[in-house]
Amino acid sequence: MNRFDYVKPATVAEAIAAAAAPGAAYLASGTNLLDLMKGNVVRPARLVDITGLKELTRIETSGNGDVRIGALVRNADLAYDASFAKDFPAVAEALLSGASAQLRNAATVGGNLLQRTRCAYFYDTASACNKRTAGSGCDARDGENSQHAVLGWSEACIATNPSDFCVPLTAFDAIVEIEGPAGRREVSLDALHLLPGRTPERETVLVPGEMIVAVRLPAAARAFAGHARYLKVRERNSYAFAVVSTAAGLVIENGSIREARLALGGVAAKPWRAREAETLLAGQAADARAFERAADAALRDAKPSGDNAYKIPLARQLIVRALQAAMQGTPARMPALPASPFSSVPGVLHDA
Amino acid sequence: MNWTVRLTVNGEPRTLALDDPRVTLLDLLRERLHLTGTKKGCDRGQCGACTVLVDGRRINACLTLALSLNGAAITTIEGLAQGDQLHPVQEAFIAHDALQCGFCTPGQIMSAVGLINEGHAGDDPERVREGMSGNLCRCSAYVGIVEAVCAAQATLAEQKERAA
Repeated sequence: MNRFDYVKPATVAEAIAAAAAPGAAYLASGTNLLDLMKGNVVRPARLVDITGLKELTRIETSGNGDVRIGALVRNADLAYDASFAKDFPAVAEALLSGASAQLRNAATVGGNLLQRTRCAYFYDTASACNKRTAGSGCDARDGENSQHAVLGWSEACIATNPSDFCVPLTAFDAIVEIEGPAGRREVSLDALHLLPGRTPERETVLVPGEMIVAVRLPAAARAFAGHARYLKVRERNSYAFAVVSTAAGLVIENGSIREARLALGGVAAKPWRAREAETLLAGQAADARAFERAADAALRDAKPSGDNAYKIPLARQLIVRALQAAMQGTPARMPALPASPFSSVPGVLHDA
Repeated sequence: MNWTVRLTVNGEPRTLALDDPRVTLLDLLRERLHLTGTKKGCDRGQCGACTVLVDGRRINACLTLALSLNGAAITTIEGLAQGDQLHPVQEAFIAHDALQCGFCTPGQIMSAVGLINEGHAGDDPERVREGMSGNLCRCSAYVGIVEAVCAAQATLAEQKERAA
C-alpha cells in the first residue's frame, strides 16, 4: 500500500474541499478501497475519510413517499430495516445476498454503488488492463474470461459490475444524489455507470471531487412489494459474486401483469435494465410464455466475450425463474439463503 | 505527521499515537497492543480470521483503518471471557469440537457472537451456515461450528430469559 495523507472532515462541504487535492479519494468503510490499495491497484495520494458525516447515515421518507437512503447507511442496516425491507423486498434480498455478514456490517450504500470491477486482470498489476492503465490492453480478452460480460462490452473491456444492490435499484428507478465542487445534481442509477466503450477507465459519470450523498427510491416502487424477487447464480452458495443475477418485480391484476420491472447483474459493466422485456410483459397474462418472451427480448443483443456463452441461456432461465418466483409472491420471511435459485418456490418447476 | 486514535479495547480506554495512517485495526491490535488472538489470514476480507466486534458489530479488522474508528469500542477474543469463566460461545466450541487446527477459531467465535447479537439466524442451521459464510475453516470443521453456534444461541437465549 502506498503512503497517503489522511483527513477526516466534519461536514460535506469540508469533505468536498479536501477532495479537491489531486489524487484524493473518498474513504467510507474501505471494504473495497483498502483491498484495492493493498494490491497496489489504486494508489490515492490522500484519503478523505467521510465516516464522520453523520448527516449521511439516515433513512428517511419524504413527504411524497420517496425513501431517501444516506450514502453512509451500512448495507446490513438497510437490509434489516423492517419498514424498508417490507416496501422494497427485492432490494433487501439483493443486499443480503452480497458479500459476507462482516462486510455488510461495514460496507455503505454509496460505497456499494462505487465498488470497482472484480475482473482478475484488473486486480493483477502484472496484467494489461485498460481500466487500470488506459491504453495498456486487455488480458481478459484472451484469458480466463468465463465470468465476463455478455452485454454492452467492448474490445477495450469485458469486465462486469459486481454489485447486487444496484440491480433492483436500477429496476425500480432509483435516483442517485451527488454533491461536488460545482454543487448538487441527480442522476438515475441507470445513468450512473458507464459502458466501457473506448474509455473503460471511466466507470461512472462522477467527476473528480464528486461524492454520492444519497440514493432515493421513488414511492411508486412500493407497488411491486408484493411480487418482487432477486435471484442470483453463484459458483458457491454464499459469499460469492453473481455469475448472473436478476431482479424482477410485477404488479399483478386478475392474473395479468399491469406493470413489470426487470434488471440483470453479472452480465455487463453496469447493472442492466431490461426495458424492452418490461414493455413486452405489461398487459400480458402472467404465464411461462410471457416470461420466456421477455427473457428472449432481454438477451436479444447478448453475445459472448470469451468462454462465457453459457451465461446467455443461464440468464434466460434465471429471468424466467425470477419472474415466476415474483408472480408467486414475495416470501413472508427473507429466505434462509437470500436470492438462491435453489430454494424451492411453490408452483415453480425446478428446471424452469 | 502524527495522528491520535482513541479506542476502548476490551473495556480498557486506549490512546495511541500513529505516525502512519495505513495501520489497520488488525495491525493495531496485533502489533501495537500485542493482542494476537485476532488472526491475520488473508488480510483481504475473504477469510474472516480477523473478525472482531466494533461497537458490538462484527467486521473484518483487516479492511478497516484504525484511524477511521476513533472513539469506537472494540471487543476481541481476549475480551470475551469473564476471568476464568468462558463465554457460552467459547464453551460451545469446546463442547462441539468445533475446530481442528484452531487458527480460524477466534474469528469464528467472534463472528458467532456477532451473529447471535444480530438475532436474525436463531438456531436454524441453514441460517447459521449462511450467517457464518464470511468465516472460512481450512480444516472444514463446519459441522461442529454450526452445532456450536446453534447450541450457544440456545444457552444465551435461556440466560436472557432467566435474567428477565
